[in-house]
Amino acid sequence: MPKLIFEKHVTNSNPFSLPACDIPLPEISETIPAHFLRNETTALPEVSEVETVRHFTELSTRAYGVDSGFYPLGSCTMKYNPKINEWAARLPGFAGIHPCQSQDTVQGALQLYYEMQEMLAEINGMDAFSLQPAAGAHGEMTGIMMIKAYHQHRKDYKRTKIMVPDSAHGTNPATANVIGYEIIEIKSNERGLVDLEDLRAKMNDEVAGLMLTNPNTLGLFEEEIQDIAAIVHDGGGLLYYDGANLNGILGVARPGDMGFDVVHVNLHKTFGTPHGGGGPGSGPVGVKSKLIDFLPKPVVVKNEDVYSFNNDLPLSIGKVKNFYGNFGVIVKAYTYIKSLGAEGIKEACQHAVLNANYLRHQLRDDFNIPIDRLCKHEFVINSKKQSAYGVTTLDIAKRLIDYGYHPPTIYFPLIISEAMMIEPTETESKERLHEFVDVMKTIARESAQETDKLLNAPQNAVIKRVDEVTAARKPIVKWEAP
Amino acid sequence: MKYTPNPSSVVDEMLQAIGCSDLDDLFVDIREELKIKHRLNLSAGMGEMEIRNRLKYLADRNINTDDYPCFLGAGAYDHYIPAALEQLLLRSEFYTAYTPYQPEISQGILQSIFEYQTMICKLTGLDVSNASMYDGGSSLAEACNVACTNSKGKSKVVISDTVHPEYLDILKAYALSGHMEIVVVPGEDGHADIDAMVKAIDNETACAVIQQPNFYGILEDPTALEKAIHGNKGMFIMSVEPLSLALLKSPAEWGADIAVGEGQSLGISLSFGGPYLGFMAASKALIRKIPGRIVGQTTDLDGKRAFVLTLQAREQHIRREKAASNICSNQALCALASSMYLSFVGDQGLKDIAARCHHLALYARQEFEKAGMQLMYKQPFFNEFALRINNPGNANRILLENGIIGGYELEDALLLAFTEKRNRAEIDQLVAVLGGINNA
Repeated sequence: MPKLIFEKHVTNSNPFSLPACDIPLPEISETIPAHFLRNETTALPEVSEVETVRHFTELSTRAYGVDSGFYPLGSCTMKYNPKINEWAARLPGFAGIHPCQSQDTVQGALQLYYEMQEMLAEINGMDAFSLQPAAGAHGEMTGIMMIKAYHQHRKDYKRTKIMVPDSAHGTNPATANVIGYEIIEIKSNERGLVDLEDLRAKMNDEVAGLMLTNPNTLGLFEEEIQDIAAIVHDGGGLLYYDGANLNGILGVARPGDMGFDVVHVNLHKTFGTPHGGGGPGSGPVGVKSKLIDFLPKPVVVKNEDVYSFNNDLPLSIGKVKNFYGNFGVIVKAYTYIKSLGAEGIKEACQHAVLNANYLRHQLRDDFNIPIDRLCKHEFVINSKKQSAYGVTTLDIAKRLIDYGYHPPTIYFPLIISEAMMIEPTETESKERLHEFVDVMKTIARESAQETDKLLNAPQNAVIKRVDEVTAARKPIVKWEAP
Repeated sequence: MKYTPNPSSVVDEMLQAIGCSDLDDLFVDIREELKIKHRLNLSAGMGEMEIRNRLKYLADRNINTDDYPCFLGAGAYDHYIPAALEQLLLRSEFYTAYTPYQPEISQGILQSIFEYQTMICKLTGLDVSNASMYDGGSSLAEACNVACTNSKGKSKVVISDTVHPEYLDILKAYALSGHMEIVVVPGEDGHADIDAMVKAIDNETACAVIQQPNFYGILEDPTALEKAIHGNKGMFIMSVEPLSLALLKSPAEWGADIAVGEGQSLGISLSFGGPYLGFMAASKALIRKIPGRIVGQTTDLDGKRAFVLTLQAREQHIRREKAASNICSNQALCALASSMYLSFVGDQGLKDIAARCHHLALYARQEFEKAGMQLMYKQPFFNEFALRINNPGNANRILLENGIIGGYELEDALLLAFTEKRNRAEIDQLVAVLGGINNA
């Protein structure tokens, strides 16, 4: 077990030094009154540079990224992160600009922002975009704020509810609640799609809107999306598009054409920017014209080849983030879209959908697939066939780790018991998919014949299964000096 | 450029294997009228050399802090980033990983977050830190939300307008929820009007908020505010600059229940405003109330030390509509950068950097005063102050002509920040140019 960085502390071993400086250096106690000064120690570790480098290098060897191998994590779109994107974001002309510089000194950054707004609007069929939200859930929040502001501006105060399907990502109901809405859950039908009867019955003049992922979390396209949109719009509500699954229709169909009024996209899913072990992401929001006035400010505008921030948006919901957004992430996504171009964008989607359906076909003999029909970028299996041997989805996931794979998303969506949600993405080769299939078939066989291998998995990882119960009951959330 | 590894011959084989004749067959579940009929109005794909040229062109249209000494602060600071940090951050096991939901395959990331949480606790003096928020502004709004949703119906946030104006804007946007009522108390003479804030506290008040150092660089004395808000059973929230905590009294020492702030100073590039790092630390009593991911230490089946995401019952993917925050993706890689930064500079290094920033600011004040110029406010500061000057926009233009990125423009003042990257010669030139304008 590697030591913590604090356990590697050696007094006076850290070599950090500042350049010489020919100015007066009075004691701090003479220049800041003692009342403001710290008495407590900070007690950060002192470690030599080489040992610090080795520390973090060792930690990296105990992690697993897309570059390490196949990462079929459903709804997370773990596609390859092109290296040119990393290069671009680190250019001094991007990484080294201060957000408060005068606009004439950052014309390149503003141009990139403007072009990105335009490209996302085109790809999604929306009228305008803001790049400000920092993540998908942040984009959702911004979108729901705009829906609220829209209704309030129309003095329509009775709309206090948001509808969310039972298959939705957890962020959807959480977001609506955070913005002060009551949640109405819409049932899925036996085909795994929104139950139109349930939707019709629940739509009324207290409903502000419906949040929907399309393709949904089962990887299924909501075929009746136009009817869904009509029901919501006829009832005076707005339609929100959770772009987490945009990779399943990218370049083939657009949320804007389906009737969605607000969308967010996850640049760290669909547009190839890395997930960073949990962020930073970027969650731009797009709107139809009737909601443009409510976008967070500022937005970037172009006037005769000069780019500038427009802060003159009196109905704007205001700001949701410091400055203008996760620019470094946006540079990477811009690079990605420019690299792929119109044709490449569509091909990415086509190959993602092909890979998902191919994998579904390959796994159907050995695993139960509750809804086994044409899917988009992902599909859901479960452990029904294996449960007779006392094997759960968790066991299958842990056994995959033994074979060197990152497991798929498990126990989601909630409407499928023991769910395992598989999203291969377009950046996996047929050979790689077959290696995964072979492993899954082996695991299916082991379930019946060598059950212990699953129940005790993983055996080949750096640790075995962990005691999560004690972690939550008696939380230890920081290191304490012995 | 494309990143799809299957050539068309393989695609055909795969299509055949699943009973499709072409790629369009994969989309028959989408009604024909919904399909994109036009060629998307995007440029054609570019090869890597073309894309390099394109991005280089855009980057070169920006004046950057590598080439120009920068005196801008206002919530984002031009600090030095150690070379080793930049290289380690490119370890792809870190940056191409997802959130560490599967602990057995993610111990490295989980341990790094545990170390990060510990460092944030050490800097703030508080008991628990989450695994990061989006940025300083949104973490402040989330902290106020914690106070308002955990104080038995109280919903008033008493906050000074000496807090970063963008943080106030974000807080107001978050208040669209209807869960928070924001009471902004005007400051006086560059610092919070503590008496007025104390008077604004009533039975409806969930929390009182102060920023340290405040937006104008001034050190606030919240002693009386802390007493008043706690006397009223509300929470005391501080937004703090993490680097300054090497020298300044910690939020715990001031009696704060929650500390938040912008972590960009700790090894994160300016990048035109993001991605940065929001941090949040709190007293032990709030461990099950704060939003965001938290890593805990536990053991594996063999009794070995292990780390795992814990207390997830608070979070959106478990609690859904009952969750108090919707945060999911955070700024994990930026949090990692900050813990690498603190490791590379070390305890003494951080103190030295903070002291250097402060000393350079003191030197600048001395030289400005010698040149006959005055600061707006007289109170003690850390590394940033407002310099009184007519037409600050014009002053900035002239500074730029002299190869200097000037300050943040206030009414009749420039807010100037000093980091350890600045030196005497640069400050002398800054003073010479501004002194020249002032005396013209």
